[in-house]
Amino acid sequence: MTKKQLALVIDLNVCVGCHACVTSCKEWNNAGEAGPLTDQNPYGKDPTGTFFNRVQTFEVGEFPHTETVHFPKSCLHCEDPPCVPVCPTGASYKRAEDGIVLVDYDKCIGCKYCAWACPYGAREMDQQEKVMTKCTLCVDRIYDELLPPQDRQPACVMACPTNARLFGDVHDPESVVSKAIRERGGYSLMPEWETRPANQYLPRRKAEYEG
Amino acid sequence: MHAIDTPRSEIKTTTCYMCACRCGIRVHLKDGTIRYIDGNPDHPLNKGVICAKGASGIMKQNSPARLTRPLRRRSGAARGAGDFEPISWDEAFSILEERLRKIRASDPRKFAFFTGRDQMQALTGLFARQFGTPNYAAHGGFCSVNMAAGMIYTIGGSFWEFGGPDLDRAKLFVMVGTAEDHHSNPLKIAISKFKRAGGRFISVNPVRTGYSAIADEWIPIRPGTDGALLMALCSELLRLDLCDREFLAQYTNAGFLVNVDAASNEEGLIVCEKAADQKNPFRRHDQLWWDRGSNRAVVNHSAGAEPALEGEYRLDDGTPVKPAFQLLRERLEECTPEWAAEITGIAPEKIRALARELGATARNASFELPIPWTDSWGRKHATVRGNPVAFHAMRGIAAHSNGFQAVRALSILMSLLGTIDRPGGFRHKAPFPRGTPPVYARIPNGPEAVQPNAPLAGAPLGFPAGPEDLFIDAGGAAVRIDKAFSWEYPLAVHGMMHNVIANAWRGDPYRIDTLLIFMANMAWNSSMNTAEARRMLNDKDESGEYKIPFLAVCDAFESETTAFADLVLPDTTYLERHDVMSLLDRPVSEFDGPMDSVRVPVVPPTGDCRPFQDVLVELAGRLEFPIFVNKDGSRKFKNYADFIVNFETEPGSGQGFLMGWRGKDGDKVLVGEPNPGQWEKYAQNNCVFHHPMPESMQYMRNWNQEYHEWAQRMKLRRHPDPIMIQIYAEVLQRFRLAAKGRGPSARRPPPQLRARIETYFDPLPFFYLPLESQFTDTRRFPLAAITQRPMAMYHSWDSQNAWLRQIHTHNYLFVNPGVARAQHIADGGWIEVESQWGKLRCMARYSEAVEPGTVWTWNAIGKAQAAWRLAADANEFTKGFILNHVISDRLPDGTSNSDPITGQAGWYDVRVRISAA
Repeated sequence: MTKKQLALVIDLNVCVGCHACVTSCKEWNNAGEAGPLTDQNPYGKDPTGTFFNRVQTFEVGEFPHTETVHFPKSCLHCEDPPCVPVCPTGASYKRAEDGIVLVDYDKCIGCKYCAWACPYGAREMDQQEKVMTKCTLCVDRIYDELLPPQDRQPACVMACPTNARLFGDVHDPESVVSKAIRERGGYSLMPEWETRPANQYLPRRKAEYEG
Repeated sequence: MHAIDTPRSEIKTTTCYMCACRCGIRVHLKDGTIRYIDGNPDHPLNKGVICAKGASGIMKQNSPARLTRPLRRRSGAARGAGDFEPISWDEAFSILEERLRKIRASDPRKFAFFTGRDQMQALTGLFARQFGTPNYAAHGGFCSVNMAAGMIYTIGGSFWEFGGPDLDRAKLFVMVGTAEDHHSNPLKIAISKFKRAGGRFISVNPVRTGYSAIADEWIPIRPGTDGALLMALCSELLRLDLCDREFLAQYTNAGFLVNVDAASNEEGLIVCEKAADQKNPFRRHDQLWWDRGSNRAVVNHSAGAEPALEGEYRLDDGTPVKPAFQLLRERLEECTPEWAAEITGIAPEKIRALARELGATARNASFELPIPWTDSWGRKHATVRGNPVAFHAMRGIAAHSNGFQAVRALSILMSLLGTIDRPGGFRHKAPFPRGTPPVYARIPNGPEAVQPNAPLAGAPLGFPAGPEDLFIDAGGAAVRIDKAFSWEYPLAVHGMMHNVIANAWRGDPYRIDTLLIFMANMAWNSSMNTAEARRMLNDKDESGEYKIPFLAVCDAFESETTAFADLVLPDTTYLERHDVMSLLDRPVSEFDGPMDSVRVPVVPPTGDCRPFQDVLVELAGRLEFPIFVNKDGSRKFKNYADFIVNFETEPGSGQGFLMGWRGKDGDKVLVGEPNPGQWEKYAQNNCVFHHPMPESMQYMRNWNQEYHEWAQRMKLRRHPDPIMIQIYAEVLQRFRLAAKGRGPSARRPPPQLRARIETYFDPLPFFYLPLESQFTDTRRFPLAAITQRPMAMYHSWDSQNAWLRQIHTHNYLFVNPGVARAQHIADGGWIEVESQWGKLRCMARYSEAVEPGTVWTWNAIGKAQAAWRLAADANEFTKGFILNHVISDRLPDGTSNSDPITGQAGWYDVRVRISAA
């Protein structure tokens, strides 16, 4: 276990599925150190491209007891990431200093073992660059001392209009993310895989009329 | 990792325009190229956040659909083919100047100027008025005029730019018919704070998407029936006695006495004291109350008087009268939850429970803020009360042909709860509140207002207060091409863009020569009956001339509409120009005070494109419009930037487009002489100016003396008189009386419209089925078909945007699975959607988040083939669709498919059936 583990905590109670996190991530990383994030057939049939973060929308329950859930998903920066040991070149690695899982493009041979190993489907093969890509937690922003301190956050966190994305060290019990997990029922995705995802989600909470 | 340079270098601030929200942005440039755009943390509107569209602005800038040169349709090429030759700006200006000069000198009506998704109506409206044409409007009549008109005529303000829910202090928030919003990021910020603070959020909507997804409770409703629900809620509040009676008595016209003598020439009008009241020549304030103490009629707000809200009385002259509230009570008697349940599909118990929750929360959770204020009658109050129930509503209510009355019902519900301009309820934003109706923009009322080589004698758009304000000729016929402000659509306060092409094509009421369209996709999703609109644009008369002889389109992108143009004027993007979000138009004000903002160019124009505002200022100078030239005939303004700084609403008025840093030294606010350094000041201050008012002026502004006196000094209002909430809309009764052949106005509707006006101009809200349903066999067409805009595309017009189109590449028709299975329609299967007007093919998607009587799709994703520079086989064309192809602009009786009061396009009214294809 790394001493420090940076992570996102995503509050499904307020996420309205606006996709601000999706394109602000694309925008920063396209121009940042992890970029470019290429697009294929951008103005043609079946356009596809590399996104480190996507929002999936699904419905739960039957009418009229339907919930529409917007579910932002990116690399969960697992404490025990299955994508790392399967990498034949060592391109896929977990940083000891902050627990961020990264891909070294120079070592990546595009074999996709890591994508197969990831139970969350969080990795994206860049079709043009032929390297595996994924969320970096904006590692090129968060330590950048040339940025003002309030800007040293992942682009998606800065963008989110509902403040549904919290960022911090989940190993620090006093961090905003640890408190949110503790106080608002944070949970991990698919714990049975024993990947111990660092990112967690906060569930929907219903306010009832108590009159 | 690659050692790629980071997008960090020069940062310029400006204002986003990926939608109508207008957030502050930081544009990060490297060597003059845009590398990254993020939210400006120092901007009071969005406080650093940004949305999917705003973060994709860079791809709009780089869109292959950008127009970069003026284009002329190639000789012999058909309209719609998009076959153009590039020309110079000199040529483009000469073509326009010559044509417009001729029209202006002969018959200015023959120039029609309609704009779409722009926010520069103060300038475009001024241009039209100076030209002298009455034929000007933006897209409000198509979009949501019912919301604006229904609320402004009732409470003196409306949602969006001019007011909204105060979620900082609300405990209960009810959102009706809203998927995404104009005020999108601020609303998202507010809803998330509200929910985290434990507030309860209820969404009433046929569909559970967008904001509704995170509602604590979703109440599905049949489209076009909101009015019935709202009436039933009002009815229950009265039955439970959960109304704020003091608020109603003091701040609304609930206690005003209405003449109920069915034989009187003044039947249904509010009775006034005989002596004329001079506070405001347009609006009297000496209406009578029945004073419960003295048991006689007195002028409202007389010292010591207390109005009866119920009962029937006789004045000294024998006139039978009832308080307006009594009439409302009588109207609501029949509007039971059982009645509404039949119409809306919502169980009566649910309606009862909702009404109780609204009323009980407003009463039991009410609070007082220690903010002293003085009312319009000079009475001092130590506190401001809040009844913490807030609403928000949008096109789901408005875009129906019964929307005006439904919005009236909502406004009255909000008023019964005592939540208008109070903390935790609805709060105004400057320049609102204004009168009910406002008098700041007076439209002309006869054809003599249009004269060659002269400005229009009045504003092209305004708020009629009675038949005398209609813009009609002596025979009662419309002066405007779209027939706004005629007996057909008397309160069409945003004009009727959706009538323009068809009316001009028919020559009804007359032919025009030139149609100038700015940023409106009228050959596609901004027309009802798209296929017909396209045919009409391309249709010629016997002499071989186009029925609409000349079509000029200004846009930054190739669209379905630019393809039809005879002349294309390439506009800049929002990152390449100056703009103002002006208090004269649709500013970005906050509840606590006026706020306006600007855009400044952060990169030079691409190719040979030019800001449309500069084009207008140039044309206005060439055509020598009076306010655009000096006495010696020379040009007054160099360009738009110069115009904005130096224009004053009247010579020496000190009021201009921008309110910040006025005065020679830049130290004046709202009113002050022009400041040549004004743009620089805005640019240095995040492109925004916010003027918070003292707390004593932040609430109860309909009746707040200190606010009114300030607002009059600041020229936000003409008269400092109280703005009474119109529980009973006397304005409507004036039209109705005319239809009955009575009333103070000598003007009478033509015989064929009398019954229509008498029916719909009801001074009390009522529910009627949307007009289209009245003309439809709803057993043959059992489903209501509606649209929503997805958040990632809301008001963004960005199918050409490489990132956003990956989020919504094509659209489905969402169908409740039970309904689909009964029709043997597979999830993802191709289906045929048929209305009585037409058919289309699309793909179905099962959804449990839609009520079974409704099908719906994302609007404006579908595109014409190869439009917007997409490939010919792009999904937007091969799989995408727009519902407009099965919507009609006309009803079988020949009238427009629009609200009979406001002319709001009834584009949510279409009825369809579906089958597997």
